Parts: sequence; structure tokens; C-alpha cells
Amino acid sequence: MSTTADQRPIAPQPVALDTTVVTSWKAPIAFGIFTLLLLALAAFAPQPGDTTYRLSLPNDVIQLPELTVPAMPALWTVVVLLAGATAYSAFLVRSKRRVPLWLVVVYAILFMFGFLTWAGAGASLPMIGLLFGSLSLAVPLIFGSLAGVIGERAGVVNIAIEGQLLAGAFTAAVVASVTDQPLLGLVAAMVAGMLVGMVLAAFSIKYFVDQVIVGVVLNVLVVGLTSFFYSQVLAPNAATLNTPPRFDRLPIPVLSEIPIIGPVLFRQTLVVYLMYIAVALVWFGLFKTRWGLRVRAVGEHPQAADTVGINVNRTRFWNVALAGSIAGLGGTFFTIGSGIAFNREMTAGAGFIALAAVIFGQWDPIKATLAALLFGFASNLQNTLSVIGSPVPSEFMLMLPYVVTIFAVAGFVGKSRAPAADGKPYIKS
Amino acid sequence: MSDPTMSRGDAPGANQPDADVAIEEPAAASPEQGAAAEDAVATASGPGGGGEVPPPSKWLTMLNQIATGNAIISVLAVLLALIVGAIMIAFTDEGVQETIGYFFARPGDTFAAIWDSVAGAYSALFQGSIYNFRRDTFLAGIRPLTETLTFATPLIAGGLGVALTFRVGMFNIGGRGQMLIAASVAGWIAFGFDLPWGVHMLVALLGGIVGGALWAGIAGVLKARTGAHEVILTIMLNYVAFYLVSWMLRTPGLLQAPGSSNPKTPAMKETAVFPYLLGPQYNLHFGFVLAVLATVLVWWILSRSSLGFKFRAVGINPNAARVAGINVKGMYVYAFLISGALLGLAGVSQVLGTVTSGFTAGIDAGIGFDAITVALLGRSTPWGTFAAGILFGAFKAGGFSMQAAEGVPIEIVLVVQSLIVLFIAAPPLVRTIFGLPDPEGRKKRTRKNVTKEAKAQ
Repeated sequence: MSTTADQRPIAPQPVALDTTVVTSWKAPIAFGIFTLLLLALAAFAPQPGDTTYRLSLPNDVIQLPELTVPAMPALWTVVVLLAGATAYSAFLVRSKRRVPLWLVVVYAILFMFGFLTWAGAGASLPMIGLLFGSLSLAVPLIFGSLAGVIGERAGVVNIAIEGQLLAGAFTAAVVASVTDQPLLGLVAAMVAGMLVGMVLAAFSIKYFVDQVIVGVVLNVLVVGLTSFFYSQVLAPNAATLNTPPRFDRLPIPVLSEIPIIGPVLFRQTLVVYLMYIAVALVWFGLFKTRWGLRVRAVGEHPQAADTVGINVNRTRFWNVALAGSIAGLGGTFFTIGSGIAFNREMTAGAGFIALAAVIFGQWDPIKATLAALLFGFASNLQNTLSVIGSPVPSEFMLMLPYVVTIFAVAGFVGKSRAPAADGKPYIKS
Repeated sequence: MSDPTMSRGDAPGANQPDADVAIEEPAAASPEQGAAAEDAVATASGPGGGGEVPPPSKWLTMLNQIATGNAIISVLAVLLALIVGAIMIAFTDEGVQETIGYFFARPGDTFAAIWDSVAGAYSALFQGSIYNFRRDTFLAGIRPLTETLTFATPLIAGGLGVALTFRVGMFNIGGRGQMLIAASVAGWIAFGFDLPWGVHMLVALLGGIVGGALWAGIAGVLKARTGAHEVILTIMLNYVAFYLVSWMLRTPGLLQAPGSSNPKTPAMKETAVFPYLLGPQYNLHFGFVLAVLATVLVWWILSRSSLGFKFRAVGINPNAARVAGINVKGMYVYAFLISGALLGLAGVSQVLGTVTSGFTAGIDAGIGFDAITVALLGRSTPWGTFAAGILFGAFKAGGFSMQAAEGVPIEIVLVVQSLIVLFIAAPPLVRTIFGLPDPEGRKKRTRKNVTKEAKAQ
């Protein structure tokens, strides 16, 4: 329902207009903090040398020239530009106007450019590899956050995304290894994720157990189950049960030759293409179809939905199950998506980052996808920087998504408002 | 800065329409429900069941109370979880898999193999956690019980911390981060300073507790000031703490042992280590005494102090508490500070009691998450948490010996633990499985009688 929230300032009554415009100093303050951070880097930790951005792979049809920028002058330029953006946002807020999204996006890109230029000084940054890896790392996060968005829009908090990813990864590995068919593994992963989602739904909707409790416990349960079967069954029979085949890369004929975009977006595996479709479908479904209207109604105001004849608990149950199957599909990335054997707790907290992406993306599938991409970028940046030898300890890069999420939920960045009935069981009276 | 509409919905300060508040209450108070329901059953089923109906016999009432009470649900939940665990052990056992091949020829073999695997595993669990019959003397045989108490120590302390936030209507899933920070502070004091015996231990203990409290306090302050959801905050703070501690562990001059390249600290100094309670042949250390003291303290806070009264008031109904003049936001902060201190105690008892030879970023050993299940199993009461902590300690101690003796992976313990909590959280499910009477159904029937009588008049 973010659309209605956005429209609220344009209410018909002009009297109410003054009070409903949300002018918050949070964006300028956050801008200021990040500008100061970069300023501190420029002033106290200058890096000599040039930074080279490699924009093409060696065997691309269309070769782009390398982009070389002198590190320190570029950094200072960026700092000045960022200071300008901060001042502009402060001006906007002072004159009781909102800070537009494009300004935030431009600010973020400039900041990343400045930071990359500083961190990569004296080295050359493989941009294609960086972006390609970011997208790959973001795949499970995006599937997980789509699952979170559907669940929470229907009014069920899905903390069990981690468990669903793990269940999907495990089942996909086993089924694909046994049948030697990655597609069957994909289907099995969806079923496994759906089962976890159904348990979550059954306990939280039928037995009114607190959704957060069920989610947390389900995560532990899935970790326990998969680790148990891994040590007891998979490890001794690794050759037959845990050598999953991997999806081949399928370059899309024309699109894959577009410079930068092609190698990053269109030379991926089936799982990634499914992800594009899933994002589009979930967005379209939630906001343009009857199904989406019902899901949102059930999550925002279950009593009203019940009054017009929507079966609240049945709607919730099946949507949580659907969310589980989407998360299970995301879990395939860990095993058959990358051709890696299953291992204990191999999702390593991806479900929780996906949850963070849901909140950071304000319960909107597109924004949650962007947030997941940002988190994927942050973790892959850490990989790239540790290869070229960056001055920032890798732990701080890994910490970044979590810190950003804390800022996001604390409301320093933008506004986050959950569906009204999120996390509350509907008890029909 | 603290605009309530920016919050994630259920900040108590948010101006929501009344209809919403009505739906919100069961959700906000649900971790409380267990504890509250226990009292309610105890008090309500006595006088409430009467009315015009002739009073049933004492034995019947008592039987009913036992069958519908929470104690029996807890016992049955443990039983059910153990049965599921047994099924998993049996079906992954090699002997069972071999014999099942000729099941229809000789089914007896399969049953014998199932019995062997399950009985072997669970007897190893028992002998690893309570009493080992294979030892000659009582003193050697009882060693597993002291192991159980050692494993239970951080679980009790951590469980109390989580239980306390449950009583205030909040979740603290940040046990991992709070334990890591507390362990780092305590460890840093314990290996980096030279202080006399006793004083050193106390300073390290206090440092760790304050560290844990402050780390949890971040979540408390952010929740109180901005209305951010504490579940998300604490989960995120877990990862921040993990990476922070990992970085400190591999940075010379901070926590890394000098002259080593491993991400590990040097050993704790003798002056700071918790003394053994029963002599050096048992691992049980002073931390257990602290856990008992913490239980008493939490019991006192919750049921005897005015702070605890405010905590419970906020937990049951934050809006009513605010109207009554209680500083709800202040209570959130205090609850997180105390909760973090208790999880800090869990972290300190790990570094100063259990693993004194230096620690890594895995020092929390999943206790921060186990603490949640402990608190849930203990229904958020101090002594219930204490008992649940000892039960889970027994599972842990026994799980290790089960793995060593029977080759059953220790992860089975995770499965059993989480199933216990799931079953306990859903009493109707357990009642359905065992065909027990439903206390709600009984109430409904009496209510029907009352309406009938009212119509007759």
C-alpha cells in the first residue's frame, strides 16, 4: 500500500496539506554523514595513483576502452558534488518539500564511485566481474526478499526465509544428484520451501503461535534437519547423493552482446532468468491483479477483507506457502545454481539479509530487489577489494548491509512502514 | 527524529485507530500468553468452572487440570520430539537400512535393528548427561551430570535474558552479538591485564556484563527512540558484532594472540578464570553459581520489584501502561540493558569458565539462539527457564557423547529442541495428537449452559 501512502500528501483538503507533508531531516542528515565519511577518507587517508575501470571482457564483440581516473582529484570532485547534493536536500527539506528518490540514487552512485576510486587506487577494477558477481550473489537474496514481501503483504512475518533457502538448497542438491536432472532439483526445492512455508502458516494461522517464534524455531529446525541428514546420509554417500549437476549458462543471442549490460545480465543461468520473471510477476501480481489486491487487503485490514467475503486465513495460508516455494527456488542457487555440493548451514545468513532487503525495500518487490542488489554488490565488492588489496578490512565491507539495514529500520533513510496487520493473527470473532 | 509514523507499525506510541489496537493485543502479548495462561489456568479453573452445575469430584477436577494444564503439555511435547528424533535416528541407521531390505522375509530383524539404534542412541544420551553406569565409582559416574550443569550455565543466563524481554513484550534475538561483545570485553580484560586474584575475575565479569548490556542497549534505544522493530535490529546487530569481533580477532594489538596468525585470542590469565566448584576433575565452574544468582535476581526483579511490575504491565498492554503513567520507552531500554547483561553473563561464563584457552568468533556456540528456545520452553518464568536450561544442557552434554559413542550426529539435538518448542507453542496440536480434553471446550460448554438458563428465566 505504499502507493496510498505516497498519495496521502495530495489530499483533497488544502487545510490538511500543511500537516500531512512529511518533511524529515533524516535524508539530509544521512547525506551529511556519508559526505563527511568520504571527506575524512580524502583528507586523512589519501591514496596516490590512478584507478582504472575495465568495462569489457577480453572476448566481447564490442570492446569499450578502459576508463582511467586520477584517484585523489576524482575523490575531491565527488566530495564536492556530494556536499552539493546534501545542501540541496537540506534546502528541499527547509522549504517543506520531499527529497526525491532520484537524488538518493544519484547520491548513492556518486558515493560508490568515489569510494571505489579511493579503494581501487593504483589498481584496475574489473567492472564486469564486479557487477556480474553482485547479481549472482543477489539471486538468493532477491528470491528470499520476494518471499518475504508476499508473506508480509499477506500479514505473516516470514523470519523462516533462511530455513526455506536452506531446505531448497538441500533438496535441490539431493534430487538433482540422484536424478541427474537440475530441473527436477528445481521443482523439488520449490516443494521443500513450500513445506517449510506451510508449517509456518499452519502454526501461525491455525494455532496462533507468534509468527516470529515459529520463524526462528523453523530456522533452527531446518538447520538441524539438513545438518543431520548431511552428516548421517549425504557425507558417507557423497558420490551418489551430493554431487549436483549445475545449470549451464545460457547466453541470450543478441542481448548478451550489449556492452556492460549484456555480459552482466544476459549470460546467466536459468535460475537468474527465472528471477527476472519472478520479480516482474510478483510486482504485476501484487499491484495489478485481483490476487494482489486480496493479498494486500488481508495484510492491511483483515477485518475489512473478511467483511467483503475474502477468506482471510485461507488466503494467508496459500500465500505463505507460495512465498515458501519462491524462497525454496532461491535456495537452488547455492547448490545446483553454482554446481556446489550441499554443506552444513551453507546459506550463511542470506535469509536474514533478504529480510533486511524486504524492510529496506519498504515491502515493495521492485525496491526490495534493488535493496538485495545493493547488498549483493556490497558483499561482492568485498571479494573484489580483497583480491586487489584494499585498505578497508573486509569485515567492514561485510558488515555494511547490516549497518545500512539498522539505519533503514531506525528511519534514518527514507520511510519504512509495514503492512498494518503484519505479524498479527486474524481471529475471527 | 522520532516520528512514530516512521516506525515499523507496532510502536506503542503510534496513533493507530482503535480497531487496530484491538487486533494488536494478542500479538503483542503472545510471548506472555504462555506465562499468563499458566496463572490463568491455575486460578480460573478453580472457582470459574462452578456455576449451577453440581461440582465434579475432586479427583476428576484434578485429573482434568493435569490433563489440560501446561505441565502435561510440556512433558508430552518433549516426548513427541524424542519420538520424532527416534524415527530419524532409526531410518538413517545403517543396520536398519540393511535389514529393511528383507523386511517381509524377517521383519523381526528390522525391529531389532530399530530398537538397537534408538535405544543405543538414547541410552548414550542419558549416560552422557546424567549418570554413567559404566564407571566404577559414584564420583566418576556422576560426572556427566556436572557436565550437564556446565553446559546449562550459559543457557540459563542467556535464557533469562531472552525471557525478560519476552515479559516486556519484546524479542531479543541478538543473543549472539551480545555474547560476542561481552566475551570480547571480558576476554580482553582477562588476558590483557595483570590484577590480583579475585579482583581480576570480578573486573572481567563486570566488563563483559556491561559490554553485553550496552550492545543490547543500542537496540533498546533505537526501538524506544525511533520505533524500529527490535527483531530486525537485534538480528542485524548480531552480524555487526560478529564481523566486528572477527576483525578484532585477526588484528594484532586488539584481540589476536601475539605472535600468532590465527584469529584467536591468547589464553585467559589464571587470576581471571572462574574457579572449579567441585575440584579440577569436574568442569563445573563458578559460572553456575552466577547463573543461579541471576535466576534469583530475575525472579526478584519480575515479581518483587516495582521495575518488574512496570515491565509486566508494558508487556501485557503497553497502551494501558502508558496511560497509567509508566514510561514505556524507558522500560524498553531498561529491559534490553538487563537482558543484554544476562546474555553478557552467558558470554563471560563461556570465556572465563568453559573455554579458557583463548577463543575465536565461534565462542557463542549458538547459545544466543538456544537461549530463545530455552526461554520459550521455560514459558518466560525465571525458574521455568532455569529448568529448561538444565534440560537443554543435558541434551547438549548427552548429544556429544551420543555422537562419540553411537555416531549419531549432534544436530539431532537441534531438531529435538526446536520440535519441543514448536509443540509447546501449539498446545492444541499436542492435545489433538494425544486426544486430550481441551480446556477451552470445557469453558464453552459451561457458557452454553449459562445462556440456556438465562433464556429459561
